[in-house]
Amino acid sequence: MEGTAETPAGTTSTTAGPTTAAGRKIRVVVAKPGLDGHDRGAKIIARALRDAGMEVIYTGLHQTPEQIAETVIQEDAHAVGLSILSGAHMTLVPRVVALLKDQGADDVVVTVGGTIPQDDIPELKELGVAAVFTPGSSTQEIIDFIRSAVG
Amino acid sequence: MTDAERWYRELYARTPERDAPFTTISGEPVEPLYTADDLPGDAAERIGFPGEHPYTRGVYPSMYRGRLWTMRQFAGYGTAEETNARFRYLLGHGQTGLSTAFDMPSLMGYDSDHARSEGEVGREGVAIDTSDDMDTLFGGIPMGEVSTSMTINAPAAIMLAFYVVAGERQGVPAERLAGTIQTDILKEYIAQKEWCFPIDPAMRLVTDMIEYCARRMPRWHPVSISGYHIREAGSTAQQELAFTLKDGFTYVERALERGLDVDDFAPRLSFFFNAHIDFFEEIAKYRAARRIWARELRETYGARDPRSMLMRCHAQTAGVSLTAQQPLVNIVRTTVEAMAAVLGGAQSLHTNSYDEALALPTEEAVRVALRTQQVIAEETGVANTIDPFGGSYALEAMTDRMEEAAYEYFSRIDELGGMVEAVKLSYPQREIAEAAFRYQQEVDRGERIVVGVNGYRVDDEEPIHTLRIDPALTRKQLDRLQGVRARRDGPGVEAALAELRRAAAGDDNLMEPLLTCARAHASEGEIVAALQEVFGTYTETPVF
Repeated sequence: MEGTAETPAGTTSTTAGPTTAAGRKIRVVVAKPGLDGHDRGAKIIARALRDAGMEVIYTGLHQTPEQIAETVIQEDAHAVGLSILSGAHMTLVPRVVALLKDQGADDVVVTVGGTIPQDDIPELKELGVAAVFTPGSSTQEIIDFIRSAVG
Repeated sequence: MTDAERWYRELYARTPERDAPFTTISGEPVEPLYTADDLPGDAAERIGFPGEHPYTRGVYPSMYRGRLWTMRQFAGYGTAEETNARFRYLLGHGQTGLSTAFDMPSLMGYDSDHARSEGEVGREGVAIDTSDDMDTLFGGIPMGEVSTSMTINAPAAIMLAFYVVAGERQGVPAERLAGTIQTDILKEYIAQKEWCFPIDPAMRLVTDMIEYCARRMPRWHPVSISGYHIREAGSTAQQELAFTLKDGFTYVERALERGLDVDDFAPRLSFFFNAHIDFFEEIAKYRAARRIWARELRETYGARDPRSMLMRCHAQTAGVSLTAQQPLVNIVRTTVEAMAAVLGGAQSLHTNSYDEALALPTEEAVRVALRTQQVIAEETGVANTIDPFGGSYALEAMTDRMEEAAYEYFSRIDELGGMVEAVKLSYPQREIAEAAFRYQQEVDRGERIVVGVNGYRVDDEEPIHTLRIDPALTRKQLDRLQGVRARRDGPGVEAALAELRRAAAGDDNLMEPLLTCARAHASEGEIVAALQEVFGTYTETPVF
């Protein structure tokens, strides 16, 4: 298995990879808002996106919405994936979306993953979440979605 | 050439195999057939008898013929009142022990009114802010008679203090309280990731609790050394076994350094393992765990009391194996996993509910999960024979291999300077991330089929009813906390917290100052903040 080099809260660049229409390499922030420590999914996604040639910034655990929005803006990311398994998604996701909007970053593609009940998905999408990936989603599905949504 | 080799060459090798990965879910190769050739020369000694060294076949002589495992469903949501009602419901349906799930703010040491707690109060477990909440949680439940398990780690010493004080208010002295508190901080840094302090002071708190319980709470298990969360984070069975036992040895070493006699505390150490879906591998894991723990406690740590050598464990079926798709199928998974735990000789068991990939379980789903254990216990007959797989060529070979794999990890961890150093170097964290990624790739490539996820799917599934936590419960908890703050003696709280800070800066055991804080109605968040002034906080260097 390739690509085992660790990137502590940092960025990895690969020479080739998917780019946006403007020719920039896709940059994605993978973030863990809230207090839950379930990071298996977030880390798998971070690595799968990196292996697919994107630049990935993983925030680490227990981030506030403010910290996440700041990372997205500082890193000039095209997309942010929020992983939540604590049931606090209806509090935390709207806040991240609002903070991005306030700071003129509403073109950033926001996706959510984790234990999100079906009933909550329409409301999240109405807020501007581009996609919600519930348990069982494949990494390829997520890679493909981000490529098409950003590209 | 042995008979087995002849059979393989002349018969087996000439027949086609299915196109499937003949490996366990952990990636270990599995042979088509195990025979007497796979048993070592000293097999009889390695297998032994139940209740006798090396305890491969079980920690007690009569096992489930003497007493069934404890059916202990983990529960907690909303405020202490809602969870108290769930506890009484479970006791009323034949459950035999209680197990408390705390919400995320409680696990991280934040009060319900802290900014970081917003949206999380009472969501994934019960919100406990003060010893008053603990009074409510066990209201109407005789604390001297039930055994209670509390799943909390970084602030475990604080919750134990709250529990002891709640007992005092029911008129039950600490020495009569029976139960377990998880306290396993090493696996928090490794896998579960709920922390309050840096590793070294956190290890001191664990040792303080072991020491206090050894002297004052003879019926209490101060640490439940847990592989469950390691496995849920994506580890293999071998990693779960190895990291958990190594964590256990580390606590033993710390307590010995504190000057305790191993036989004064080791009988009160217990374990908590995952019961995953790969049936034989799981049974092998439990059997290997008992043998390794017994051997190391006797030979490395000098235990003389056989009770110090017993690896008694709680098991929980694998949350990570549940699917959001076709959720009723999860009942089948849970049944197989529960059977593995029972055939592996667990002392208590939690069975997951079928809707847990979607939300906290409904009452109906919890009842089905409890009934699953009752069917296994009452109808299947599996509890009638002790360690029925003992002597099976396959199971014994797998148990031996599991044990070898654990010792390989022990050596690597020792080379890094022990478990605390290994965790600081992110070694187990990296191994787990690697295993989790490998497994996900196998599923994504279709090499491993998960029913309903990448095979046997249905379109247009009807959504099932899931539990919604009433958002009003947050308000209710904030009012409860506000009420305690208004009623208590403010200067008394300040004095207790000041004494705690002073003790934390020195070397004294912190349990007594924590009990003083609990009696003064100090909140968990206030106590954690006071300790953080002395100890500092922890930030992970994430690896993926």
